[in-house]
Amino acid sequence: MEIKVEAVTFHYPSGVLALNEVNVTVGAGETVAVVGENGAGKTTLARHLNGLLRPQSGEVWIGDWNTRQKSVASLSRRVAYVFQNPDDQLFARTVWDEVAFGPRNLGGTPQQVETDVRAALERCGLQDAVGRHPYDLPAAERKFVAIAAALAMRTPVVILDEPTTGLDAGGVERLGALVEGLKQEGRTALTITHDLDFCAAHFERVVVMSEGRILGDGPARQVLREAALLQQAHVRPPQLIALAMALGFPTSPMTVPEFLADYRRYTSQRSSPQ
Amino acid sequence: MIEVHGFSFTYAGTATPALRDVDLKVPKGQLCAIVGPNGAGKSTLCYALAGFVPHFFRGELKGQVRVGDRNVPDTPLPELSGEIGLVFQNPFNQITGARFTVLEEVAFGLENLGVPRAEILDRANEALRLTGLGSLGDRSPYALSGGQQQRLAIASMLAMRPRLLVLDEPTSQLDPAGTEALFTHLSDLVSSGSMTVVLTEHKLEWVATFAHRAVVLAAGQIVADGEPREVLASPAMEALGIRPTYYTQAARAAVASGLAPDGRGRPLPVTLEQAAEFLRWR
Repeated sequence: MEIKVEAVTFHYPSGVLALNEVNVTVGAGETVAVVGENGAGKTTLARHLNGLLRPQSGEVWIGDWNTRQKSVASLSRRVAYVFQNPDDQLFARTVWDEVAFGPRNLGGTPQQVETDVRAALERCGLQDAVGRHPYDLPAAERKFVAIAAALAMRTPVVILDEPTTGLDAGGVERLGALVEGLKQEGRTALTITHDLDFCAAHFERVVVMSEGRILGDGPARQVLREAALLQQAHVRPPQLIALAMALGFPTSPMTVPEFLADYRRYTSQRSSPQ
Repeated sequence: MIEVHGFSFTYAGTATPALRDVDLKVPKGQLCAIVGPNGAGKSTLCYALAGFVPHFFRGELKGQVRVGDRNVPDTPLPELSGEIGLVFQNPFNQITGARFTVLEEVAFGLENLGVPRAEILDRANEALRLTGLGSLGDRSPYALSGGQQQRLAIASMLAMRPRLLVLDEPTSQLDPAGTEALFTHLSDLVSSGSMTVVLTEHKLEWVATFAHRAVVLAAGQIVADGEPREVLASPAMEALGIRPTYYTQAARAAVASGLAPDGRGRPLPVTLEQAAEFLRWR
């Protein structure tokens, strides 16, 4: 489902200008990472997509819905939002009830709810935690409960706000597999992240934000190599691209095998490493 | 500065110890990084060093934790708070909510210690500047973004100038420039001899760049401890659930496919600088 953000401006009541005439269109099934410094407006932008915030000027479209004309509850049929801090969104007494809350409220039959919840829990590796209290789980697992709750809604759009925070290598890998699953299903996925290695591995397009504006927007392979642009937004190229640049390669390797192929190509004519 | 000896801790109501028989000595002026997978016991170790274990989080404890000349489990938290600072993993757990502005929040701890007003202002403003919040002193702590709140939690502890600063995943929500600035500042503090720092961190590149030492925790036990590059480039890390940096992975792949000679006794690279040096052809 397409997302259209048209000339959106938003001030918080404190006076902070968080979004300044932001325009961005995300096509159906696209995977987009939004990066930028702390306070750039990334979360504010994401909260406009599920109606938690309404534009003060400009419009936000989710498919053919204008968010001004829809409640947060209706928008939740199209957009699932995973908060930066899972503790902002978890409230049920068991993992099962937490994940079932959304599907139940969408009015699915008990069988449909059961199927959706079970599938979401399995994708997040939580099938053995159904009876646990979410707050008895470690923080990293609570994050996956929040993600499962979003996935169980089976929305065409999924937003993940800093999903890798506090996850170890295994957790980041599990999360990457989830994003790949969303891609295969043709869902639109938008993430906010400072983890550019995670971006490079799983997102095809990168939007760079700074001070409430969009500084750059394009294919990940291209944007993630623009060191000066990224630096303006207090981020930096992912490790493999940084290494390729340091070695003088003109390429943007996104995976270790890609790096290795570049290394082979650009060093084959020389004699030996130092 | 820190002497942990035979320390085990089991949280009340749980059966498995979060830490088992931990021995750790950290000399004054060291920047010591604790790495390990989720659930390894990193936060528990932070709590134990700062006294939150056992004074706030109750449970069964064995062994000793000494910081300076105090035995932490026997010293009440208020007495420890002037000397040991803890930055919590989640800034929401730390921001008091008792103050209206960012500057007041940073000043709160110093007010409670009875520091003179002029000095409070100097120290609080300096801490805000160092964490990139210099222009946000008048804002409500709740009008900050997630990453800015994490900076505020760090600033509040820097202003206290504890002799030991413990930080539990302090950069999890920071942008890369903020992460580098924090590590640079911590590194300056320890080199000037005014502070000892223990922190937990998943971003191994920063650990290898700035820490004097990397201690690896897994399932509540210390399983490796040494010079960061040597520890973090070791193939043993993956089996523990710690992913090597892409710099290490790229170098390892280049060596395995015969494109680069092995390290000739040198460990594989962990940082960009090390990797560029390791893989550069002349």
